[in-house]
Amino acid sequence: MSADPTTVLAFETDCHIFSGCGFPAPSLWSFIFEPIAGDADSSFYFNKPMLLALLSTILVVGFFWLAFGKAKVVPGKLQMIGEAGYDFVRNGIVYQTMGKKDGEKYVPFMVALFFFVWILNLWSIVPLAQFPVTSVIAYPAGLALLVYVMWVSLTFKKHGFVGFFKNVTGYDKSLGPVLPLAMFIEFFSNLLVRPFTHAVRLFANMFAGHTLLVLFTIASWYLLNGIGIAYAGVSFVMVIVMTVFELFIQAVQAYVFVMLACTYIQGALAEHH
Amino acid sequence: MNTLVHLAAEEPQNPLLPPIPELVVGLIAFAIVFGFLAKKLLPNINKVLDERRDKIEGGIEKAEAAQTEAQDVLEQYKAQLAEARHEAARLRQEAQEQGATLIAEMRAEGQRQREEIIAAGHAQIEADRKQAAQALRQDVGTLATTLAGKLVGESLEDHARQSRVIDRFLDELEDKAEAAGSAGAAR
Repeated sequence: MSADPTTVLAFETDCHIFSGCGFPAPSLWSFIFEPIAGDADSSFYFNKPMLLALLSTILVVGFFWLAFGKAKVVPGKLQMIGEAGYDFVRNGIVYQTMGKKDGEKYVPFMVALFFFVWILNLWSIVPLAQFPVTSVIAYPAGLALLVYVMWVSLTFKKHGFVGFFKNVTGYDKSLGPVLPLAMFIEFFSNLLVRPFTHAVRLFANMFAGHTLLVLFTIASWYLLNGIGIAYAGVSFVMVIVMTVFELFIQAVQAYVFVMLACTYIQGALAEHH
Repeated sequence: MNTLVHLAAEEPQNPLLPPIPELVVGLIAFAIVFGFLAKKLLPNINKVLDERRDKIEGGIEKAEAAQTEAQDVLEQYKAQLAEARHEAARLRQEAQEQGATLIAEMRAEGQRQREEIIAAGHAQIEADRKQAAQALRQDVGTLATTLAGKLVGESLEDHARQSRVIDRFLDELEDKAEAAGSAGAAR
């Protein structure tokens, strides 16, 4: 399947209300793409989210290359924008959560993470692409896994095996008889649930946002018949509203994802739990 | 295959199960971004930011140095001005003192000259008076002897007697005059 818009929309173009055609509601299939190349059943295929992910890489690297490649003391417009973005992540997220001393080392990772995730999200409202890559669990899961591995290895390196166990279980003698229960819950929450929620928080937001956009878009088209045209107008207004809202949510979710990553790393580096 | 066909077909994979190929592609895509930013672009911009900060700090330092220098120069000028004023005041004072001394000296000199002149005048008058008295006494003596000689008809040219007689006579005259003068003053 190519980028032919009729197939991307995932419903028949002549399907309208009052024409005996049922509403082609968005489903999980809205998030599954036929490979552009390769076979979906094998492990070797290339589909639209993959393409968008690689395009994101090119966009982020390209932008920062243009902005910082030949950085000058007196910045040009592009460099100024780049510096503002860089400063936002560095001062606004990393230094705020981890402090300047501990955070400095992780600034490049967090900057890369923020802009990569943001662009992955942003595809949701880019015409023709119109799909947030992060609404495919593999992408946020991969990034969350990366943060998780970093967190676990850093905790080991910093505190040793016993220290790691204390850190993960939130060992605190003052809890008294509740301690075993608290340790069990903390262990479960930190080691097992946390990476899952980290990935799913981003995934679910983008998934829901895309579902809503698809729903209103399909409805606007589907209702274009007879009296339904009035409702199609309302639905179209909702498309615009949701698009603007998504623009906001995309940035917020990228921010939250990086903020949580910083908080986790900071927890690993902290002297006391 | 069309997506519509999927709708009728079997359920899709659980959306929470990540397909491995996409996981790998996502991680590779991120690794590339991270690699470029961490190795090249962010060090780049950090260097420039540091440079900029140094330059701004250097500028501020320069401005501060200039200000300090200006302050120093101003203080120097003020000190010089104050010194000059002092000097001027001192000179004026000195001039006044000198003037006063000069006037005093001149006055003393004038006084001295006046007194000298007066003393000289007095001495001159005294000398003149003495001379006049001497001349008068001689003339009176001569006249008297001449007169007496004529009256007596006899030359009274005997000097020794003559002078003794005349002197005695004149002394008596003077005594009388003095007595009369003191009597007049007492009166």
